[in-house]
Amino acid sequence: MTDLGAAASQAWALITAGDPTLQAIVLLSLRVSLLAVAIACVVGLPLGALLAVARFPGRRGTIVVLNALMGLPPVVVGLAVYLMLSRAGPLGSLGLLFTPAAMVIAQAILITPIIAGLARQVIEDAWGEYREQLRSFGETRLGAAMTLLWDVRFSLITLVLAGFGRAAAEVGAVMIVGGNIAGVTRVMTTAIALETSKGDLPLALGLGLVLLAIVLGLNAAAYMVNETAQRRFG
Amino acid sequence: MMRAPVTLLPLQLEDVVFTVGDRRIIDGISVTLAAGTRSVIVGPNGAGKSVLLRLCHGLLRPTTGRVRWNTPEIAGAPRRQAMVFQRPVMLRRSALSNVSYALKVAGISAALREARAREALRTVGLEAHATLPARVLSGGEQQRLALARAWALQPEVLFLDEPTANLDPGATHEIERVIDAMHLAGTKIVMVTHNLGQARRMGDEILLLHQGRLAERSPVERFFKRPQSREATQFLEGELPW
Repeated sequence: MTDLGAAASQAWALITAGDPTLQAIVLLSLRVSLLAVAIACVVGLPLGALLAVARFPGRRGTIVVLNALMGLPPVVVGLAVYLMLSRAGPLGSLGLLFTPAAMVIAQAILITPIIAGLARQVIEDAWGEYREQLRSFGETRLGAAMTLLWDVRFSLITLVLAGFGRAAAEVGAVMIVGGNIAGVTRVMTTAIALETSKGDLPLALGLGLVLLAIVLGLNAAAYMVNETAQRRFG
Repeated sequence: MMRAPVTLLPLQLEDVVFTVGDRRIIDGISVTLAAGTRSVIVGPNGAGKSVLLRLCHGLLRPTTGRVRWNTPEIAGAPRRQAMVFQRPVMLRRSALSNVSYALKVAGISAALREARAREALRTVGLEAHATLPARVLSGGEQQRLALARAWALQPEVLFLDEPTANLDPGATHEIERVIDAMHLAGTKIVMVTHNLGQARRMGDEILLLHQGRLAERSPVERFFKRPQSREATQFLEGELPW
């Protein structure tokens, strides 16, 4: 497999030389996915916390639906966002289709249920332990939700990274709503798909390596933060 | 803290029943708990001691019957009662902010919280540990921190559910000292214990629970010397080696 070897060494050269095309693609990927994760956290974390401590009719059904949404197929989300943002769609006048903003929207929709669903589980477990104490203080359910959110903060890091990993590695939704336009909406995953089909293996491989390194690095960081926090805060 | 003019006490339980499935955990208890005295609840395992405490504190709702305070508690208003559990639950933050947190929920203004929290830590002898994460403290220290939280709240009533069950004699002594201090400061003490030595030391009156019923209620001296009920006699024979 000299082809693979050659492609790999060229890929490495692209990375180490700081190839501008590669850099632009990586930066756009990070910007889109980080923003999507930020939005998903702002919506998903409080939602998960409230769902964990609240009692209302239909709560079980809501949790089942939320858990089901965690497995949303990216292409379906892409299609739905596409229909909303296309010129004939209800939000067509915003002119967001084929922009990074559309990609952020699609990814945020994709990972909000993941973050909310996992947060709900983590916080509900903690609620079992804290409930009597917090009720003894006279804490309201809303207050308890916020308190628990802060108290399980280290567990949430792992969960947020899972969301980020899903966003950064996803290709279907951003391909549909972003259009994979060079220099505008081309991110790591869509570029890899395109370059592979064109036969430009070095760039595809280089991007693949960067993507792997990012995911690996983030998870290592999360693991260490968790470990340190466990030792420090118990 | 501004005290409401009317006191919370006495606490009246009127024919309180608490069932789980078809088991009657609490089987018709009527009792009045007045201010001033330290009421200690004893009884064999499964007698319903912890459940009774939770019913009083409002963590459980009676299946039938009523739990009535002299002034009804208003939902959402700061509580004037506190509880220390057998296993204290500490938040993942410093010892000091665990106390401040309880004060915040109780509606104490931010300006007053820290001073009051520090004073509470000093009372239980934990001022040196103020900045340490609460969860890395030892079991005895965590229980003292739980008492500091209760102390800072200056409750009218403090419920304690076997607060020293998992502690060694030294730590137990410390806890008892703080409970005594709260009693002297005017807090009504209602404590569950399975330690009869502790019941003797800490109680003004003893309430014996047996199979979900109140079998006897006597001043501490009489309870141990001349118990009035058959349940109390048997309980003391079973528990005391002499």
